[in-house]
Amino acid sequence: MFGSLLKGLQTTWRYMFRQPVTVQYPDVKRPVRERFKGRHELKRFANGMERCIGCSLCAAACPADAILVVPAANDPQDPVSPGERYAATYEINMLRCIFCGYCEDACPTNAIVLEHQYELSFYDRRSSIYTKDMLLVPQDKGHGEVPPILEQLGRQPSPPARIDL
Amino acid sequence: MELIILITQCLIITLAVTTGFAYLTLFERRLLARLQHRVGPNRAGPFGLLQPIADAVKLFFKEDIVPTMADKRVYLLAPALAVIPALIIWAVIPLGCWNIAGGYEACFDGGASGPLSNVLQIADINVGVLYLLAVTSIGVYGLTLAGWASNSKYSMLGGIRSSAQLISYELALGLAVLGAVMSAGTLSTTEIVVGQNVLWGIVPQFLGFVIFMISATAEVARAPFDLVEAEQELTSGYNTEYGSMKFALFFMAEYIKLIAVSAIAVMFYFGGWRFPGLETLGSGVTDLFGPTVGALVVGIVSLLAFLGKVALFLFVSVWVRASWPRVRYDQLMSLGWKWLLPLALINIFMTAVVTVLVPNQILQGVILLVLGIIVIAVALRLSQTPRITSQVKLAKTTEQMRP
Repeated sequence: MFGSLLKGLQTTWRYMFRQPVTVQYPDVKRPVRERFKGRHELKRFANGMERCIGCSLCAAACPADAILVVPAANDPQDPVSPGERYAATYEINMLRCIFCGYCEDACPTNAIVLEHQYELSFYDRRSSIYTKDMLLVPQDKGHGEVPPILEQLGRQPSPPARIDL
Repeated sequence: MELIILITQCLIITLAVTTGFAYLTLFERRLLARLQHRVGPNRAGPFGLLQPIADAVKLFFKEDIVPTMADKRVYLLAPALAVIPALIIWAVIPLGCWNIAGGYEACFDGGASGPLSNVLQIADINVGVLYLLAVTSIGVYGLTLAGWASNSKYSMLGGIRSSAQLISYELALGLAVLGAVMSAGTLSTTEIVVGQNVLWGIVPQFLGFVIFMISATAEVARAPFDLVEAEQELTSGYNTEYGSMKFALFFMAEYIKLIAVSAIAVMFYFGGWRFPGLETLGSGVTDLFGPTVGALVVGIVSLLAFLGKVALFLFVSVWVRASWPRVRYDQLMSLGWKWLLPLALINIFMTAVVTVLVPNQILQGVILLVLGIIVIAVALRLSQTPRITSQVKLAKTTEQMRP
């Protein structure tokens, strides 16, 4: 009994001199895996057009019913997306979303991709609804923009985001 | 003048002890975290040094709830009853020796060479040890009343457990202290420290020290004897129904008692504020700058030595908390009654016989140390349960012998 008590003390004593495994979160952000499923992004094509064609397949596939897509017809002179229609409204309720990635699988144009952003906190329940302008990648950055965290690590975005039509 | 000094002493010791409590919580959390491969609270201020203040502010502003079915007066009185004994323990503990009435020499011979007026000890009463034992026992009232007055089953069970545990270990604690008192030949705390000029108390009272440390840990309900507040069984024991500052008072009582018990252990067994070379330092400084400065320097150095020793004990306490699992209730009781109490009686017997038969103090100490180690070894051997490996071997051999 005495020996095992000493062994316990010895173990903790050894641990005291080791570097703690804790990541100092707000100062140091732990890199996520390449296929990590975080916040969604709506991607664009290389020419700047939106990939989303407003087909609502993501909304149909969503098991948590978190996605709302309201499609509208494209203006032939100035199309937003290459298809007939585009998403006039695209909203995801982050309180409902379970980050399963079915929307990503269902999307025929690889428009919606679960990216690596995981800081999704808000003070207000209303702020849980992420609208299209929050989800859409900026126009000037175009398609294939590597998320900053991956850029730091010299990695590529998730495979679906790399596919072009 | 005397009164002013007394009031100042009381104020300073109360503030120092409560601050000590606050930073002990931080020390414990940081050290425990390191022992468990974590970092601990480090966001509030540099190294988390403002964390105790943040905690205090949070507790002050929490809602003050009194359960409907609680016995309101007792419920409100209990935290005070818990914290007051923890604070007044400090009255008789010599934290150092700064003699303002004369030179430093009086500290080392207990006032034989001149008037002794030690400002680092509030009350130098001739039954100091008795006072310590009495006050530590009163502390159990706070916990028991809190458990009863909350009118909740968890609190009740916690209160019963704490009173049973404290009363059981009180005996072993008292007997262990009695050994130290016998070898010092006095009940005065000042003279106990003075009497450790040749050997520190741990040498003649090694067995007593071991018993004292175990029962003192149980007495302040620290791990591995913290089943008074076993979260898994009792949510948090007697203080389950307490919130905001009332909870903080219980917490404070517990930690101040921990510091006090460490201080008492240092006083009995580790020479109190004594420190090798302190007397030489005192005489050197007195020769250079006069008796007042000499006494002041001895006072400061002895205080630092005392605090250092106490810090060592607190470190061990946290270390043990991080390492050992909690004992079961029946194990607690059998350890207290079947092992510690008889061992403490053996210790008293040994001390008495050796003190009478052997005239030389150093020889006495060595003989008692050897006897103590032998007794502990025998007790460990007797308490050993059959090892599992031998049982496995036995099972294997019987398996082979089967046709």
